[in-house]
This record gives sequence, structure tokens and C-alpha cells, in this order.
Amino acid sequence: MILLSTLQQTAEKLMATAAIEIPEDYLGGLRQCADTEKGDLSAFVIKAMLDNYEAAKEDRRAMCGDTGCPRWYVKIGNDAQVEGGPVALEAALRRATANATADVPLRPNRVHPLWRTDHNNNVGIGAPEIEYAFHPDADWIELTTVHKGGLFGSDYRMLFPADGIEGIKRFYLDTLIAFGKRGLACQPAIVGVGLGGSKDICMVLGKQAACLRVVGSRNPDPKIAALENELKELGNSIGMGAMGFMGSSMVVDCHIEVGYCHTGGMPMSVHMFCLSSRRACARVHADGRVSFRTDPMWFTDYLRREGVEWPEQAAEAAE
Amino acid sequence: MTKLNTVRLRLPASTADLAALEIGTVVYLDGRLFTAREGVYKRAVEDGFGLPASPDELGRANFHCSPAASIGADGSMTVGAVTATASFRFAKYLDGWFEVSHCNVIIGKAGMTSEVYRRSFVPNSAIYLTTVGYGTGALLGRGIKRVPGVYWREELGLAQAIWVLDVENFGPFLVESDLAGNSLFERENAKIAPSIEKLYAGTHPATLRRFGETDDKTDELI
Repeated sequence: MILLSTLQQTAEKLMATAAIEIPEDYLGGLRQCADTEKGDLSAFVIKAMLDNYEAAKEDRRAMCGDTGCPRWYVKIGNDAQVEGGPVALEAALRRATANATADVPLRPNRVHPLWRTDHNNNVGIGAPEIEYAFHPDADWIELTTVHKGGLFGSDYRMLFPADGIEGIKRFYLDTLIAFGKRGLACQPAIVGVGLGGSKDICMVLGKQAACLRVVGSRNPDPKIAALENELKELGNSIGMGAMGFMGSSMVVDCHIEVGYCHTGGMPMSVHMFCLSSRRACARVHADGRVSFRTDPMWFTDYLRREGVEWPEQAAEAAE
Repeated sequence: MTKLNTVRLRLPASTADLAALEIGTVVYLDGRLFTAREGVYKRAVEDGFGLPASPDELGRANFHCSPAASIGADGSMTVGAVTATASFRFAKYLDGWFEVSHCNVIIGKAGMTSEVYRRSFVPNSAIYLTTVGYGTGALLGRGIKRVPGVYWREELGLAQAIWVLDVENFGPFLVESDLAGNSLFERENAKIAPSIEKLYAGTHPATLRRFGETDDKTDELI
């Protein structure tokens, strides 16, 4: 049985870690940008950001004043048991979000869309978002928090099979150029591309591709992996760097995730995870141990499964 | 990398101080400034309340931001990080804003168009400084030495309230517009534009078009 108090304490720690410490994989990617950037203004911006990460860690203050939209990804082992059940788990994540907002502190960003009501704690209707996934043969729960910026750098378009790979490249460039100007997307960014799914799932896939995969990871489909490399290079050849100044630092990495879509369409989404790519993850084991890490390991063979049955279960059923 | 010209600017700044600043210069600030974003702009300009304190009390530099801060039960204030919000959304309030605020330095994210600078900033001898990154929140947080006041906290909430900040070596910022209304971002956009066309070589507009979109990549969307 996983105790609620363990989950809440872990969640509070994750909120602070995500806000304060830049993940190593993103930092490594940005350092590579710094090494190759020729534009003097863009290079100055990257240098300032590297200084900023140091200041945040030293002072234990948030890297960025804009909290973005703090959210949760929860992966539940098939055999995991939570004290109080899923309703209690959700309440613990909401409490942790509110507590961390006051304790770090984080800016309370979440308001009612019409009445602009602000509870000053980043909690409200539908906030924080909590997404779930499951995992076979496991008794742990994994919590990942992501604080992605909330205003710029994402777009969706219904493309069609006839638009082809060229159409994908075009919409990708459109989005990067539109939000890259003046640096609205806070690039260099991890760019996530969602291909397929229904419209909502297309957006979800792209966002997860940007926020839940680490720099350097590649899609297991070799042709998609090759497209990831190609899009990364394409983004960095626009001529635009940090803050939209002349340069080459636009894309720290590009991740593509796919889902089966309507036979007539090829929906596409693009998401840009910013210069303060805030994510932190922990596995809470059944015996109460907690292990922290920065790689959410969200996308697994199980999550990307294609067939009707998951092979192991199918094998068990056949026995 | 070429070293960019870097200056310290004392606030409130005189017109002569501002006249010495060229676009692309790195600026660090000392003195007093205040935060104001959509909530304050609407209340001060559109709803006609003006500002709750004088320019002496608030300063004459307006930062488009709200800090990651909390106010304890005893009224003590903890300011963590500060990061600007995108400024283009506030252009429509500007003429009224300069009138009620007497600001001559506007600080924010990503600037406005040179058209707005020429129309509203130049007549008020004001410049625009952009934050860097964006999100050098921790570095900026370090530069805040005192919070002499918070206004309209009840009316607008923590994030939209006016936070008065006394700062020291607060930065970095870049001069985005000068007293003549030139824009650093527009200068950079113009340098990048010629190479964009060839990126699209061999591609065709999407099969299904959308209303209201432009296919001219030199356009700005703000």
C-alpha cells in the first residue's frame, strides 16, 4: 500500500525541483547550442540563461518567474495500491500544487477564463491537469510534473495524406517561424510533434513528445527517428536563434509521437518546450522508497502498443 | 562571441540618459520600478481609475510582469523569480497609459512594433527594454532588494497586482527600442527574412486552407 503522505511529500518536492533545476539532458543540449551559435545576440541570450540556471540552483529560487501551467502525469503500475484510492491521490496532487505555490514560491498563474478569479495557488477548475497511464507487472506509481509555458509555441492543423512529408515540414516551419519571431516560444526549445490520433489526442501526443522525452532520445521506428533528426536540423537552419535574433539555436531536439488516425487525414500538432524546460519525476515504490529522476520514461513499448492484446497478457490467456 | 555594449541605468532615467542608449545595448537597472500588466492597464486606463500612487512612489519604469512571490500571514513578502510577459497585448492601452503613469521606460517580453513605438513611445520620450531569454527569472529575482509596496492586491489578485520593486544591478535587459522608435527585433527579422523562402522550396500550401492566415513569412503575427 502506497501511503498518501509519501505521495504528497514527493509531489511537493517534485514541484520545487522542476521549478528550480534545469534537467541535465536539456542543459547538455543547450550547451551544444552555445558552442555552435555564431550570432552575437543569440549567444549572449544563451549565456544569460546558463547563468540563470546557476543562480536558480544557488538561491533555490524558480528559474522563471512565469510558472507556466503546472500539471501532472501519473503512471500507475497494474498492481499498485494507493491509500484512499485514486480520488485521494488526486486530492494529494492538488494539495501539493497549492502548497508548493506558496512555499517555493511559484507565481499563481491559474485563473478562471472568464471571471479571472485567482485562488493564488495554481489550483482551480481542471487545474492542475492530471493525465494517467498504466504499466503492466508493476506495483509502483510514478509522478511527473511538467510546468510548460502556457501562451505561445503550440499549433494544430488538419493535414491530409496528400500533403505528405513536405506538408509536415511546411507546417513545422510555419509554427517555428511564427512563434520564433521575437522569441515568443522562448527557444531554443524541445519541439514535440504529434502526428495522427483524433484532434485532441494529436495535441496530447505532441505535448507529451515535447515534455516527457529527454534530449537525445529517438522514436523506436527508425524512419520516424530519421525524420526527428531531419526536423531538428531544418529548425536550426531557419537562421533564427534565441529571442528570434539571427542565429542557429532554435531546436534543442525534436521528438515525434504518432497515433492511429482517421483513414482520410493526417492531423499534426507542434509544441515547443522552452528555455526553462521544467520537468521532474519520481517513482514511489510499494515499500515506500522514492527514487527521483529527470527522465519520465513515459513512452514505453506498452504505451505505444499497436495490437489488440498486450503480448504478455495474450500469452497468459492462451495458457 | 562579440562583447555587447553594456551599461548601468539609474531610475528614474532622464531623457538625456535614454538618448544615449542604442538598440542592442545590454542594460542593468538601479532604482525603482513597478509591475503592471493587463489587469492594471484595464483598471487604470479603461476603467478610469488612474494609478493608486504617484510616480515618485511607483517609479517611472513599468515592468510587464508579475513576480513569483507570496505574502505571509504576517504580511511579509517573499519574492522568488520574476519574468516578463509578452508586451504586444498592451499596445492598445498605451496612449492612455503614458498619460496616467508618466513612465519613460517600459520593460517586457518581445517588444511591440516600431509603428507603436513611433506613435506612442516617441512622443512620450520613452524607450522599451526587453528581458533576455526569456526567463532569466532567478537572475532578476536576485536584483530585487526591497518591495516598498503592493497595490490592488485585493482587486486584482497576486499575479495582476502592482508590485513596487527597488532594484540593484537588475538585469540583463536589451534595448529593443530607442528614442527614435527603432526596433531591434525588426532589424533582426529583416536580416533573417531573405533565407526563409528557400526553406520552403518544394513544399505547397496545405490542402485545407484556413481563414485569416498569411503565407508571407516576413509578416509579424503580433
